Amino acid sequence: MNHLPQAWGRPRDDVYGPYNNSYLQTSGPSQHTQSPIVTGTSVLAIKFKDGVVIAADNLASYGSLARFTDVKRLLRFNSRAVIGFGGDVSDMQYLTRLLSSLEINENYSVTSSTELAANNLHTYLHKVMYKRRSDFNPLWNQILIAGLDVADNPYLASVDLLGTTFSSPTLATGFGAHLAVPIMRRVCPDEEAAKELTQEQAVETVRECMKVLFYRDARSLDKYSIAVVTKEGVDLKHGEKLEKQSWAFAEGIRGYGTQVN
Amino acid sequence: MFRNNYDSDTTTFSPQGRLFQVEYAQAAVGQGSIVVGAVSKSHAVLVALKRQAEELSSYQKKIIQIDSHLGIALSGLAADARVLSNFMKQQSMASHMTYDRPISIADISVRLCDRAQTHTQHAGSRPYGVGLLIAGVDGKGPHLFEFQPSGDAQEMVAASIGARSQAARTFLEDQVKEFESMDEATLITYTLRALIRSQPEDKVLSYDNTSIGVVGLEKSFKLLEGEEILEHVKRAYRLEGRAPEEYSENADEGGSME
Repeated sequence: MNHLPQAWGRPRDDVYGPYNNSYLQTSGPSQHTQSPIVTGTSVLAIKFKDGVVIAADNLASYGSLARFTDVKRLLRFNSRAVIGFGGDVSDMQYLTRLLSSLEINENYSVTSSTELAANNLHTYLHKVMYKRRSDFNPLWNQILIAGLDVADNPYLASVDLLGTTFSSPTLATGFGAHLAVPIMRRVCPDEEAAKELTQEQAVETVRECMKVLFYRDARSLDKYSIAVVTKEGVDLKHGEKLEKQSWAFAEGIRGYGTQVN
Repeated sequence: MFRNNYDSDTTTFSPQGRLFQVEYAQAAVGQGSIVVGAVSKSHAVLVALKRQAEELSSYQKKIIQIDSHLGIALSGLAADARVLSNFMKQQSMASHMTYDRPISIADISVRLCDRAQTHTQHAGSRPYGVGLLIAGVDGKGPHLFEFQPSGDAQEMVAASIGARSQAARTFLEDQVKEFESMDEATLITYTLRALIRSQPEDKVLSYDNTSIGVVGLEKSFKLLEGEEILEHVKRAYRLEGRAPEEYSENADEGGSME
């Protein structure tokens, strides 16, 4: 009889024979990311007559915990394109590395004819995202690509973890798609309106939307990055603070939270 | 009989540092019928003399469009050129698919070279027996590259490869400073004149045996053949000081020149 503790309570080998483990699988199916872990919330962008404004806050949440408060979710790709990432932060970091190597190849290449424009970058990211979702291993992001296209016109488009793409003069990911888009559309309902919009108006609208999102989105932060892409290049600022906040409206909220009636 | 001990494959250098198989491949380029190319600051042009294998056959294809901004002219083994043109078409489409942009001429030339070079370094394969002139327009303007089976591509102002191409090159060298400012028609005329100079007196360019490929900053690649080339060829003959009537519609003897 076997007195070793690991045999306690098990069928005795001398009575039943050694246990047959063969039905247990030693290797299962490959496991892929089934949900995001550390996440970034909204990215907002709006086209104006000379370019595009894009903004995202500096928070990376771990579930509902505000885990990292200095995360840069806007990436300057080159002098004519900025990329904003919503969703999983580690997948964002992977894409950042992928894009850096692309950028380095482009810039050091003697043979490339022109700088990659925002629309070229969007096509590339679309292929990357669609490939990954087709492998059942998606990069858990929604991405906005803001900048100038080949013809130097303002360009703004989105691609998400499913490889779905679309374009609009105003775009937002995550919570912003619900809360910020209606506000931005008031200022810029269509392409014609975008051609009339000034940079100041566009920046002001985006800042206002960031404020609304901070009021309403529990996974947001009052510190954010904002970038303006024009023919003059990219003006990217990190760590901007939300100004002139007013929480007076909070007094009037009834029905949830601490004030139940 | 003389026997070369160093030419049985491309992995063995001769003591003089030569790769004979590569040189033989380059000799195959020199056997093909002539092609000429040139660039101005707005256009790139290819012209070619087509051979007819036999009286009953069609004329060989010398200029192949790769993409709307890019085409090649070949001299040497046409079958190899066809395979390489398929490769170039694939690369070109890949650029459209992945980046939504037309591939740069230098880039596609380098990719072609990379592919050709591997055939100069492995036993059991032979180098491509074809030389190409690659003409196209990209973000940096019009370009002309000369590709050799050694896996080398050189950017050129004007170039010519194939049988009797030395005479054409001599003519092109005399004009080297002029090309930059030429308009489309003038550029075509000059390349045709180089083609005419390379040929013996009795060999006449006709609408059967001549092809022209042209691409410009504002114009996608276009292959001119048949009637479309008549005016250009007539003007080229006129400038060469040869009587235009020598060039007539029935001057279509296009057979092999050797």
